[in-house]
Amino acid sequence: MHPLVRWFHQLGSPPYFDRFAARWTPVAYIAGILVMAYGVWAALFQVPADYQQGDSFRILYIHVPAAWMSLFVFGLMAFYSAIALVWRIKLCEILAMACAPIGAAFTLITLATGSIWGKPMWGTWWDWDPRLTTELILLFLYLGVIGLYNAIEDRRSAARAAGLLAIVGVALLPVIRYSVVWWNSLHQGQTISLFGKSHMDASMLPPLFAMIVATKLWFIGSLLARARADNLRREAGKDWVLRLARGTEASR
Amino acid sequence: MSNAPPLLAARGLRFARNEQPVFGPLAFSVDAGEALLVQGDNGAGKTTLLRVLAGLLRADEGTIEIDGRPAAPGLRARAIAYLGHLPALKADLTALENLHFLCGLHGRRKGQLPEHALAIVGLAGYEDTLARQLSAGQKKRLSLARLWLAPAPLWLLDEPYANLDLEGINLVNRMVQAHLREGGAALLTTHGAYAAPPVRTRMLQLERAA
Amino acid sequence: MMASAARALIARDARLLWRRRGDALQPALFALLVVVLFALALGGEARALERVAAPVLWLASLLAGLLALDTLFRGDAEDGSLEQWMLAPVPLSWLVLVRTFMHWATTALPLLIATPVLGELLHLPRAQLPVLVGSLALGTPLLSLLGAVVAALTVGMRRSGILVALLALPLYVPVLVFGAGSVAVAAQGLDATAPLLLLGAGLVLALVLAPLAAAAAIRIALT
Repeated sequence: MHPLVRWFHQLGSPPYFDRFAARWTPVAYIAGILVMAYGVWAALFQVPADYQQGDSFRILYIHVPAAWMSLFVFGLMAFYSAIALVWRIKLCEILAMACAPIGAAFTLITLATGSIWGKPMWGTWWDWDPRLTTELILLFLYLGVIGLYNAIEDRRSAARAAGLLAIVGVALLPVIRYSVVWWNSLHQGQTISLFGKSHMDASMLPPLFAMIVATKLWFIGSLLARARADNLRREAGKDWVLRLARGTEASR
Repeated sequence: MSNAPPLLAARGLRFARNEQPVFGPLAFSVDAGEALLVQGDNGAGKTTLLRVLAGLLRADEGTIEIDGRPAAPGLRARAIAYLGHLPALKADLTALENLHFLCGLHGRRKGQLPEHALAIVGLAGYEDTLARQLSAGQKKRLSLARLWLAPAPLWLLDEPYANLDLEGINLVNRMVQAHLREGGAALLTTHGAYAAPPVRTRMLQLERAA
Repeated sequence: MMASAARALIARDARLLWRRRGDALQPALFALLVVVLFALALGGEARALERVAAPVLWLASLLAGLLALDTLFRGDAEDGSLEQWMLAPVPLSWLVLVRTFMHWATTALPLLIATPVLGELLHLPRAQLPVLVGSLALGTPLLSLLGAVVAALTVGMRRSGILVALLALPLYVPVLVFGAGSVAVAAQGLDATAPLLLLGAGLVLALVLAPLAAAAAIRIALT
């Protein structure tokens, strides 16, 4: 068997996944924090101010990566859910459900930073901008998945039901986005887009790349940590978990 | 003894809920003209087993074959009639209207009419009574009438004697006997040995998993 | 087989509706309440009301439909009928489609018929009525189909309450946007065909896909 395939099968075993997650979570977090530190420093101090928006545009270095992550995580959640529904792989159920709170957090950050960015331009904390409105609906989709997962007693049925919702959501997301854009053009004519027509100068890009990488690393660390916790909770009472718990206590 | 494949054959059947094993691994078969009595205490997994066989739940491991072929949903639906804990009767419909709907849904055995089925189960005269007005025992008899009208050869009966008086218990036994005589098969669960039907019966004992 | 099952289900639901005739008017009554509350909150002045009449009516229909969603599968789940549907030799998605159609016919259709009357209460401009009714005729079945998926996901739960609304809202957004938007377009004197066609296209897609998703959800929920 191909070594990669074998590794995937191994990963499906709960004790193996626990060890894998325990090992790589701190690595991902630390790497993410380091890259994020560079990204934030470069965004604040290295990049020149925008000639149109002055210094207030700098928040895009958090807003844009967060927005992309909010969409990426939703897609990943639907992907894991599809695998979990078709092949009934427990690990994919766990990973899919672990994605939800992280994605919701990124969506909240997107909304908050979008609102802060918009204040100097719109004069208000909120404008029914198509991108932010879509993000708001995305937040409701995330909350729905989380709510459904928590409302059902049996963990496997809960993960499958919430996973189906995630798949339906990802299929409808382009439709929602299109409808919101249409709605916006209908009622408000031209809006001031947060990005504007100016494309970004090359000197502005490195911190953006850094933040994109940093958020991905942070996401990996967070996903592994949450998945590990859910895995342990599901397997509670099994021998290997008891041994792990006793081993930890003995080593204190 | 014919060489036809058993009506139902299960191999290596295993089921767990929330990481706790419910039953398994089980291997058994039911031939045409035969009854299988599944016995066990409350919580031993009898209902779960029946639901797995009916197709309402999916087993974690193992295979189920119907007439020697793997149990695909369409095949299973045509081969199995399931009598569970819930009677599947609409309270606002009369006994006859309920039967008409269920026959439209599952099909009807040739030569059988809902009115005759009501007479067989002792509900003659109750055709136009709303299901909400029937007692628990009468509702059970109505469910048995539905079973009688079902074209499926394999009956899965979960606690068929529940809610029935002595006469009702005899009715179930008579029905199972007639069904088996026509080449059908039945799988019944019970937690009492007293109500075994007078037909060629094998036993499957389920014990609560440790 | 599929035709006879559909006939049997339609006959059953028609009989059940007839036995509880009063229940059929509840969604329409709820929509009326919403209209009255909006009128009271907005001040009852004709000029203020006629601007928002169409969107308010759309909202009233949407909210009434949301409330009615609870009755789509709950009764059949509780008495074990859904189980028998899963065991029937016809596809579960077909039964879901027929059931959703009957549910729409008994909950949304009275509302659709009542729309002109409700429109009068809100001083809806006459010219907007055809587009409004057209958008509701296309939109309410679409809402029922999307709602069926949500109802199926929550069918096992006792009190789903706010969860159903939370799940349904993102799915309802495009329908509301194009539905209410079509009337807004017509009010501006423009051609409302595009959003109405989009609603129609969505309805056709949902007729095929929503029952499949709902059937999958029912199987997940009832295990």
